[in-house]
Amino acid sequence: MRRTILSLLALAATLAAQTPFDRLVNADKDPANWLTYSGTLDGQRYSRLTQVTPANAKDLELKWVLQTRAPAEPNSKYEATSLVSDGVLYTVQPPNVVVALDAVNGKIFWTYPYNPAPQARACCGRVNRGLAILGNTLFMGTLDGNLIALDARDGHVIWNTQVGRPEAGYSVTVAPLVVKDKVIVGPAGGEYGISGYLAAYSAETGKELWRFNTIPKPGEPGHETWENDAWKHGGGSIWTTGSYDPALNLLYWGIGNASPDWNGDVRPGDNLYTSSVLALDPDTGNLKWHFQFTPHDEFDFDATQVPVLADITWAGKPRKVMLFANRNGYFYVLDRQTGEFLLGKPFVKVTWANGLDAKGRPIRVGHSTPEGSLIYPENQGGTNWYNPAYSPRTGLFYIPSWLDTHSINTSRAEPYREGMPFNGGSATHEVPALRPGPTNKRLPELASGAIQALDPKTGAVKWQFKMMDVTDSGVLVTASDVVFAGGREGYFYALDARTGAPLWKAMVGGAVSAGPTTYAVDGKQYISIPAGNAIFTFGLR
Amino acid sequence: MVLKRLHVSIWALALFGLPLFAQEGHGVTPADIQRGLLIYTSSCINCHGPDGDLISGVTLASGRFRRAQSDNDLIQIIQKGLPGTAMPPGAYTDDQASLLVAYLRSMSTSAKSTRNGPPGEPARGKALVESKGQCLNCHRIGNLGTVTGPDLTSIGGIRRLAEIETSLLDPSAEIRPENRPVRATVKDGTKIAGTLMNQDTYTLQILDSKGKLRSLYKANLRDYELLKISPMPNFKDKFTAQEMSDVISYLVSLKGLR
Repeated sequence: MRRTILSLLALAATLAAQTPFDRLVNADKDPANWLTYSGTLDGQRYSRLTQVTPANAKDLELKWVLQTRAPAEPNSKYEATSLVSDGVLYTVQPPNVVVALDAVNGKIFWTYPYNPAPQARACCGRVNRGLAILGNTLFMGTLDGNLIALDARDGHVIWNTQVGRPEAGYSVTVAPLVVKDKVIVGPAGGEYGISGYLAAYSAETGKELWRFNTIPKPGEPGHETWENDAWKHGGGSIWTTGSYDPALNLLYWGIGNASPDWNGDVRPGDNLYTSSVLALDPDTGNLKWHFQFTPHDEFDFDATQVPVLADITWAGKPRKVMLFANRNGYFYVLDRQTGEFLLGKPFVKVTWANGLDAKGRPIRVGHSTPEGSLIYPENQGGTNWYNPAYSPRTGLFYIPSWLDTHSINTSRAEPYREGMPFNGGSATHEVPALRPGPTNKRLPELASGAIQALDPKTGAVKWQFKMMDVTDSGVLVTASDVVFAGGREGYFYALDARTGAPLWKAMVGGAVSAGPTTYAVDGKQYISIPAGNAIFTFGLR
Repeated sequence: MVLKRLHVSIWALALFGLPLFAQEGHGVTPADIQRGLLIYTSSCINCHGPDGDLISGVTLASGRFRRAQSDNDLIQIIQKGLPGTAMPPGAYTDDQASLLVAYLRSMSTSAKSTRNGPPGEPARGKALVESKGQCLNCHRIGNLGTVTGPDLTSIGGIRRLAEIETSLLDPSAEIRPENRPVRATVKDGTKIAGTLMNQDTYTLQILDSKGKLRSLYKANLRDYELLKISPMPNFKDKFTAQEMSDVISYLVSLKGLR
């Protein structure tokens, strides 16, 4: 009898679950909600909401603002994409404060203020890029290397699992991805000489179910691309969310740089699977294929961009492809069933390679050197983790780009010491790497930012909306042909998705360093964007 | 009862002197103490225990500290640790450390256990919680139960024994702000019940009895009330003395995460 009662209670909890996995798979048909990091599992950040149009975008107005609890620490940045489920918006204020609030009026339901352990290392800011949801459970990675499950209704901790040791530089800043009953994450720490992996955890218990080593260990395929013992601290971090194709049952994930970043001489070989994209079986973690964008990277060119999955016509036939604008300055189209290289074309000025060969391998002409070498694009790349978007309506791929930027890349010998930076050099550049200064006095030709619209079939830039300063903003595109994005200057824009013409802008008073979210409640569409130390939400008058 | 206890805490804090808040003229609020409790629960409780007495020679709830006189002394210890001891430094802001001190000070005036029952058996208590007590109809423990009442998964780690006793014997004696029940009637007569999550001049945020987060707009309500009576039944007469001991021993054993 007791067992029956318990079963009924557990069943009741299951039935009440607000976000089963089917709902994530079919998120495109449920545009009122934003249920995954990229809105849909294909990574497109394409919303089928159409209330805001090029004609009426000028009528957008501020509906509410949520300030963070306190001024952000100097090295904090608000990078999280919000989730929205049934009128509740979930966000993560840096570094690990989860907030559930009413998506219509911004009033807080609950907060979960996780305080990362002092051992946490963050190379590039105390950041978090967002949550995942399954059923009534939210999942958050923490700066000190944990994965935490929270009850979405009251913020109570359900389980807490260690992903990696913070004292050795492992942290979790990526927004997790839920595939079926598993939560997929991996550790950042490419600047601390971690040995990376992507891992799946039981959504119910937090138990690790599989792990794929992004730096293959002895005996594992790919290990031969490390010609000495440098693999032990080879990097291969995880810090931007992957995507998933339910029909192919393939999980795609971009992998970070090799360690040490700038000194390739100490790690001869291609250094798989750094600066690569992987296609994995999400049930087992087995590798189906891989493609390495930057073999033997010497410029910190992580491939930690969102793999965007699109079904397009290629050479006259329907083809399942992956669109990937890489930090190394090239835009790639791959066959996502096989990993076959279909197209690669630079979208910004590139000098480290003189094109790609027939298989997509770069024809390398530039290297980091002890005396320093000038390389385009700069260390932060032609683009970076900032989320791209793809519209099946316009057929265009939208990316936040850094135009005309360069770095002086300098290599140097540096011993590995656990928990200490392991960069093997450095890059100097005109643009502050991670956040804007208080003013901008640069010559325009030294750097500018843009939202670019690429034609995936040719790699041609169809239009670009230029900004004086660069942008760390994600991009969103809607089925009414409106693109939303921002930049470091503190503007948040609506652009015409077909022409790039600016339709509307709001000054949000701080750099936009996150991806916009759109959702609807009671038939009204909202667009929400974190910027500076706050989150701003707009709707039509 | 709740207010009285908090008044005592605040007076106690006043008597100790409050250099940490004096500069800006702040006092300590119940919410500050709650926030301090959250920090204590996440960072201190594993070593010091819910009653602050797990480390030999250290009794946080006594209100007396061997190496600290002022609140600023305590803040220094919280932030920098005690070299040569197991007390590590903590990466707390001044604000966080001040909240923690507010909670530590409040411990000395919290209730002490007064109940003299027979020794309890946690396994029997678990069975009672899941059957006769029907506790999981409102509460959650781990995977089981619901969220309309307070989560008990970690209750033994975040509540002191005396507080657990009080909750069972006199549930309305102390309704913590995070557990405040609310009832509302919409203008069309629809009744809504839930737990208050937040409120302002125009709205209420609740977790309703179906486990859904929602805002209620006061302009749309016929009336609403923040209840001072707990919906939790009094277990004084429902459990025998032995059963009560068993249930308490089980709840005290619930230290949280799997």
